[in-house]
Amino acid sequence: MVDKSIIGREYPEFTFEVEKGKIKEFARAIGDKNPLYYDEKAAKEAGFEGLVLPPSFPTVFAMAGGLMEVMLGDLKLDLSKILHGGQQYEYFKPIKPGDTVTGKVRIANAFEKAGKAGTMDFIVMETTYTNQNGERVLVDTSTMIQRR
Amino acid sequence: MAGKQVFFEDVNEGGSMPEFVSEPLTETQFVMYAGASGDFNPLHTVHSFGEMVGYGGVIGHGMLSMAVVGRGLTDWLGNKALKKFGVSFRTVTKAKDVITVKGVVAKKYTEGGNNCIDINLVAENQRGETVVTGNATAALPSKS
Repeated sequence: MVDKSIIGREYPEFTFEVEKGKIKEFARAIGDKNPLYYDEKAAKEAGFEGLVLPPSFPTVFAMAGGLMEVMLGDLKLDLSKILHGGQQYEYFKPIKPGDTVTGKVRIANAFEKAGKAGTMDFIVMETTYTNQNGERVLVDTSTMIQRR
Repeated sequence: MAGKQVFFEDVNEGGSMPEFVSEPLTETQFVMYAGASGDFNPLHTVHSFGEMVGYGGVIGHGMLSMAVVGRGLTDWLGNKALKKFGVSFRTVTKAKDVITVKGVVAKKYTEGGNNCIDINLVAENQRGETVVTGNATAALPSKS
């Protein structure tokens, strides 16, 4: 049974510095040739301050910031039984190369749900990111599903 | 890549976003995505692990599917519009899968001075199976 007492649990903050090389590497991996991800000049001409981040790039913050460690360690999840059920981003301010974002993870919900494959445990993690100026830039809501 | 600017006046409730079709996914891409994203779950890169879990081999990252949907959105609306973007993962992807992303404008409204649209999204593989469903909210510039 899913442990409801984890709801509201918070984890120590982590930081991530956004680098140009990582943006290009990510854009290549997803097969996107959009010049705004590779060419600073094109990005500036299009009205951006620097290279642009693809919409799902913030997964890089989460992975680097230890979301996996949180799940595997503290929540004792089994890699062979977990699935990424859903992912949401809410964008408040642009994030650009050179920014350092600080993420704070909180367990927003934990519940079980019966489905075709039997009852599964759902854990919803919410990560709020602020930039180096203390501005809230992004909220990441990630739902993990554990098969029993 | 982004086409010409889409304005609030250009979209209507019930209207469709241009269909986006991915290149066939490859196992090399899963390795590239693991490195780029930092998600080294062996399900995506180690064949024997994928077999043990029952997938018969490696599967693509769910977040790679989301990235493909994101490509459809940014190709259509550019890189300044998105306010919210969410997906639910329905079916795993495998190498050689071709993902088609479709979207419908569910709602068009003005809120807090922004001209917004809500978009319902679905991505399917070449067998017509739903890979992800999702939704997005975008703020668009107005012609006036």
